[in-house]
Amino acid sequence: MSNERELTMAKAIAEAISQEMERDQHVFVMGEDVGVYGGIFGATQGLLSKFGPERIMDTPISETAFIGAATGAAAEGMRPIVELMFVDFFGVCMDQIYNHLAKNTYMSGGNLHLPVVLTTAIGGGYGDAAQHSQCLYSVFAHTPGLKIVVPSTAYDAKGLMIEAIRDDNPVMYFFHKGLMGLGWMRYPERSVNVVPERSYTIPFGKADVKRPGTDITIVCLAMMVHCALDAAEKLSKEGIEAEVIDLRTLVPLDREAVIASIKKTHKLLVVDEDYLGFGLSGEIAAIAADEAFEYLDAPVKRLAVPNVPIPYSQPLEQFVIPSVEAIAEAARSLAR
Amino acid sequence: MAPSTEQLLEMDRQAWTIRLFEEALAQVYMEGKSPAFDIGSGTIPGEMHLSAGQEPVAVGTCAHLGQEDTVVGTHRAHHFAIAKGVDLKEMAAEIFGKETGLGKGKGGHMHLFDPKRKFSCSGIVGASFPVACGAALAAKKKEKDWVAVAFAGEGAANEGSFHESLNLAALWKLPVIFIIEDNAWAISVAKSKSTAIPYNSQRAVAYGIPGVRVEKNDFLSVYDAAGEAIARARHGEGPTLIEVKTDRYFGHFIGDPELYRPKDEVKSLKAADPIGQFEQTIIAKGLVSRAQLDKERETAVKAVDEAIEFARKSPYPKSEEALEHVFA
Repeated sequence: MSNERELTMAKAIAEAISQEMERDQHVFVMGEDVGVYGGIFGATQGLLSKFGPERIMDTPISETAFIGAATGAAAEGMRPIVELMFVDFFGVCMDQIYNHLAKNTYMSGGNLHLPVVLTTAIGGGYGDAAQHSQCLYSVFAHTPGLKIVVPSTAYDAKGLMIEAIRDDNPVMYFFHKGLMGLGWMRYPERSVNVVPERSYTIPFGKADVKRPGTDITIVCLAMMVHCALDAAEKLSKEGIEAEVIDLRTLVPLDREAVIASIKKTHKLLVVDEDYLGFGLSGEIAAIAADEAFEYLDAPVKRLAVPNVPIPYSQPLEQFVIPSVEAIAEAARSLAR
Repeated sequence: MAPSTEQLLEMDRQAWTIRLFEEALAQVYMEGKSPAFDIGSGTIPGEMHLSAGQEPVAVGTCAHLGQEDTVVGTHRAHHFAIAKGVDLKEMAAEIFGKETGLGKGKGGHMHLFDPKRKFSCSGIVGASFPVACGAALAAKKKEKDWVAVAFAGEGAANEGSFHESLNLAALWKLPVIFIIEDNAWAISVAKSKSTAIPYNSQRAVAYGIPGVRVEKNDFLSVYDAAGEAIARARHGEGPTLIEVKTDRYFGHFIGDPELYRPKDEVKSLKAADPIGQFEQTIIAKGLVSRAQLDKERETAVKAVDEAIEFARKSPYPKSEEALEHVFA
């Protein structure tokens, strides 16, 4: 029955890290509160007692120093996993991420490999306001040199984490706080699913059709996958069958999956919890325009956070983050 | 421990290699940039930060380092690279933007990477500190007695990365040495106008580590201070912060009008040139002969000529290669 075991996303991530640390002595973890606390969002829970403080290293609140140190250690053959507690904190360490971690391989003509996994928490919807609620993966996908992983379920989270650790490139691994299965934050039941105990990988650049459909394609990732699936259930009762595509990784991006689905449904809705402007939704719309224009029966529709910071007050926050209702309504207007 | 005769000769050769390489680059850099100076034109486009005058800090430190020790430098890093043993031809070719360069022409003069020699640098002020901490952490994890050296200018000591890294290194007792080159000028801003205390070495107190000021732009003084710090690091005693007084002969970059600097400053600095003084001292002590030093200089002349020639003759990369190596 062990194959049927269900895990939360946080536990799946911690298990992936644990298995890789057992397999490879070069893997270690650095970050704020990753030790005794087990990671503020549980991504390193249980690892300290198993591997000790030499390999599960609590750091000072010095993101520039320890993320830069990850680059330096990786250049020497180590495989560090570093945690930036909230992606919103990137402002204090962006130089080390953008100008060094992302670019040094290229500037060395491919001679330098930097196998770093940079984990970070994303997402809002729980009243943490503008400096603790963003997604921002598009900011990092925009710069060349970083692979971008954004899982939506425990099963995907484990396989993608093992793949990330084994990759010889910098990988940014974004986990949505509301998907981690925390005791203190509401999460979709669907994010907890069956996770094999064995080690397995999920290749980057392979989107997952989370729900097949014939009438409209909804492209999304992370929390929006669950909102889109909820919306799809409503739509199904109205006779609209939505296909929900979970991108899972932004870099590399599975363009073929998006195009194949458009060829099938002829309608595209992109749903994103990141900002609307200059981001993921625009990128997917551009791919549709470039490579599947003749298959589209309607203009591409985009639903994302309008270009405002994430507000605090509940009615405000719920208004700007795409909701199940808003997704269903957008899909309806397209399908009509 | 005083350097051996062999080491002294090697230091002399490295010093001349650096000096002559920088002087050669200063000339080549102006090719194709007249009558109107256009930074993007000529044999070597882009900014060019030369290290002539700053040889002692690089050579005196790297004399203690082996292949397995790591050096992380700055935007002005040719002297560190040469002293760490980076291949001069590959480095020159990179500066010329050629296929045969260290980074196949993708990095250029501010971004030199040589993983074989464990050398890297960065065009961002203050970025060397954290990366060197990581190399030191890796050495510690591998239970080796390797050390890492982060070089940076005095202006960089006002960056947050400096303070974060010193704290981290002291906290974790990392085998890293932070060496500040105090050439008095952060581009155009004098140290006295940017830094609240006279010596950055005083800042070591805040992190409970030794702080050493080397007051003279002198090979043997740097050799002694760096030697002690590196030995401490190798023996697991943690980091040291060293600030070395040094002199920048060229402008911040070639083309810098240097309006901020007294007109005769460089002239008077050159009158007490560190390479000449080093040679006089070691001859006077009877450690080496003039003939031996002349031979080292000849070797340096030849190496620089060959490197520039190699870079000149090397092919440019194919345009499409711009699309390669984003990922390993």
